[in-house]
Amino acid sequence: MRAVQKTMNPMPLLLTAPLVLFMLAFYAVPVVSMLMRSVSDPTWTVANYAALPDDPVFLKVFWNTLVTSLIVTVGTLLMGYPVALALVRAPKWAPVILILILLPFWTSVLVRSYAWMVLLGRHGLINESLLAAGLLDRPLRILNTPLATQIAMTHILLPYMILPIANALRQIDPSLARAASGLGASPFATFRQVTLPLSMPGVAAGMLLVFVLALGFYITPAMVGGPREITLSMLISQQVDQLNWAYAATLSAVLLATALGLIAVCYRLPGIRSAFRMNAR
Amino acid sequence: MNGVQGASVALSDLEKSYGSVAAVAGVSLDIRSGEFLTLLGPSGSGKTTTLMMIAGFEMPTGGDIAIDGQSVVAMPPYRRNIGMVFQNYALFPHLTVAENIGFPLKQRGVAKDERARLVGEALELVHLPGYGGRYPRQLSGGQQQRVALARAIVFKPRLLLMDEPLGALDKQLRENLQLEMRRLHADLGITFIYVTHDQEEALTMSDRIAVMNEGLVAQIGAPEDLYDRPQSRFVASFIGESNFLPATVRGLENGVVVADCQGATIRAVCPGRPATGDKVMVTTRPERLRFADNGCDPAHNRLSVTVTEAVFAGERCRYMLQAGDGTSVVLKEPSSAAIRRRAVGERVEIAWSVADTILV
Amino acid sequence: MTANRILPAIAVGLILLFLAFPILVVVIVSFSSATYLTFPPPAFGLKWYAAYFGSADWLRPTWLSLWVAGAVVILSTTLGTLAAIGIARLPRALRLPVTGLILSPLIVPVIVVAIGIYYAFSRYGLVGSPFGMVLAHTCLAVPFVVTSVSASLAGIDPRLEQAALSLGATPRATFFQVTLPLIRPGVLVGALFAFISSFDELVVSLFLSGSGAVTLPRRMWDDLRFQIDPTIAAVSTLTVALTVLLMAGAHLLRRRSEQVRTTASSSAP
Repeated sequence: MRAVQKTMNPMPLLLTAPLVLFMLAFYAVPVVSMLMRSVSDPTWTVANYAALPDDPVFLKVFWNTLVTSLIVTVGTLLMGYPVALALVRAPKWAPVILILILLPFWTSVLVRSYAWMVLLGRHGLINESLLAAGLLDRPLRILNTPLATQIAMTHILLPYMILPIANALRQIDPSLARAASGLGASPFATFRQVTLPLSMPGVAAGMLLVFVLALGFYITPAMVGGPREITLSMLISQQVDQLNWAYAATLSAVLLATALGLIAVCYRLPGIRSAFRMNAR
Repeated sequence: MNGVQGASVALSDLEKSYGSVAAVAGVSLDIRSGEFLTLLGPSGSGKTTTLMMIAGFEMPTGGDIAIDGQSVVAMPPYRRNIGMVFQNYALFPHLTVAENIGFPLKQRGVAKDERARLVGEALELVHLPGYGGRYPRQLSGGQQQRVALARAIVFKPRLLLMDEPLGALDKQLRENLQLEMRRLHADLGITFIYVTHDQEEALTMSDRIAVMNEGLVAQIGAPEDLYDRPQSRFVASFIGESNFLPATVRGLENGVVVADCQGATIRAVCPGRPATGDKVMVTTRPERLRFADNGCDPAHNRLSVTVTEAVFAGERCRYMLQAGDGTSVVLKEPSSAAIRRRAVGERVEIAWSVADTILV
Repeated sequence: MTANRILPAIAVGLILLFLAFPILVVVIVSFSSATYLTFPPPAFGLKWYAAYFGSADWLRPTWLSLWVAGAVVILSTTLGTLAAIGIARLPRALRLPVTGLILSPLIVPVIVVAIGIYYAFSRYGLVGSPFGMVLAHTCLAVPFVVTSVSASLAGIDPRLEQAALSLGATPRATFFQVTLPLIRPGVLVGALFAFISSFDELVVSLFLSGSGAVTLPRRMWDDLRFQIDPTIAAVSTLTVALTVLLMAGAHLLRRRSEQVRTTASSSAP
């Protein structure tokens, strides 16, 4: 037996170590030590978490965050599916559609939120046009309401819904739809019984992505949202401003756990992983 | 490029297992200097794993590989000085054809001018002069194949390994390149080890073929040997088409085995010495059977059968026949307007020479 | 064309308008001649661009953002590329926790990352420091580099590296002459993403900027709280133009390297 004993090659470790150490020092340890404040302040305790179910501010904000995320998820789904379908089924228009999706996608959240301030403001485009058309006699108050947050977030997150659904649709063998219509199914029946079920992994991936991203939104609700309907991220930020670290850390842990928990649960759904792999880039 | 002598390769009890699965389960082969040896087998037979161990990309779990009498098992692939042509050519997409072919020379510190000269020579050899400035993606599959070949021989290795190099090409091109590789083998004088699952390719090109099955060499020999004298049912059915008729050995007569088969007496050459009463398979090739009423040697073996299917396929007719116990027999007859075609249901007698009868 | 096809087409058109229109409005407003925000603008001019380029209050954060993003690109591309190469060869048991750590900034809500970093950095005097900003932005940019380089690496046919070895290249030579050139597009795409992620980053900057490290997004944010004059629209248009340019570059680069790869292997089985 002349086979050489395999030893562990140290090279991969040496290549990975600098980044791992960097991320530990400037990201993981900071975040974890901040989160530790939720159980170590003022002494070792779970009181900060135990108090949450009776905390009306937290309950209201958490509920508001979940509702906003849900509305945005449904909104992006309703608007995203037809666009994804058009992107895949109308190859002639696909480049134009893709540019119209990517242009906002590549624009920063700050600029997009600002755009909605311009559009929805008291003297914004929408109010001015409605007034000019005589449909209103007084400007509507849209900016700084939950509706403004929902509209702007739907706009910002729409590409995250379209791209995974389009990927799933692209993977459906087009001969399946032809076969179905060849068997006498109407276009609508073909869509409902063939295309829609087969695109479900993409839909699930898109919904998960949008919902989780929406949960952590901060810039947009802070800029266009109402002063009273704040989100969890805004509450966390306020608490940090007041140096209330224990509370901020507790809220952060809840936000993080909600996001990670959702991802963990959804990751078990069949097909969603491949839908994500496609979308990762 | 003459004057290089091919390397000899000795594999002894070579093994490779992944966990409890043995991909190669003890292969011993002596490959002679300058030989064209083909490892032929179905997928999963261990032929590619064997090749990869010779190249140095897989570490054997047992046994030894010696090139020119020197064990190379502990040697990394880049020091083995073996040329290799990969299944999908593995040309570097970021390098031009000339840079691809010059790559092994650059690794060996050959000066730039000398490199250019050798690359030009190699391109001539594979009939691609003037293609040096192109990128692999600008070439057809056949041209990429030639570049891969040029790259693998430009540094004058004494051993060339090829892993299904023609697998991705169409039939016409494959046949052209087969001839070209034979020519190249004759010109270079180096040892070729060629892996394929295509028996026709193996029969056309090789000096010797090692048929592999389930991690072992089932039989090794020259192409005619394997075709005319398969030693196992696997080899008989993997190389070419074979008929198998169950028979019982009656005894030996002048070095020829006599057996009972479907009520007829069959004589056969047999490398082994089967004992009386042994159950064996009478093995025949479809194109070596004929209808007895067309005239035949009285010493031939004969068998009565019924025609169950008759297919005209241009250059030949293919008959499906049934022996007394229901065993199917295939007969291929060169087509001729002068020969009467047999009808389905007809009872006929078939005959074939004792030399074409093998017992396995 | 029947109503069956026209109605969905109109619906899709409206949704696409919803997607693109807000950004177009910002671009149009930036060329307005009015002294306040109004749409459509009464006349067009470059007034707000002049205001931007004439103001040190705007240019200083712009330079800082460019400087920070440049430093982030160098740091994250170097660390990320090395790590991606290492990860691909890491034993399975280590690969999962390491990739988990490195990619986690993609899913951890950014506010949590931001206050965590703020919490730690405020103790080390890294708040209000461009250096601190670079460290924080690098953590957020690294996942883009690692995913991009990893995808490039995964796309390399392992037989190319075997071929190099069989032709006499040492593992070192194989890496520099074969592997590295093949992943170059992936590294470049990762670097572009890293640049944009830092240049556009706001949440971490809100906590870390202090008074000494005011980035461009932070400056815009501050401005928006007091007034919304069209200077912001001009700045927005400029940043949109920059990011769209870089992203389109990354997009083309990736498409081209995919094409090279598919045509190179199209003749394979």
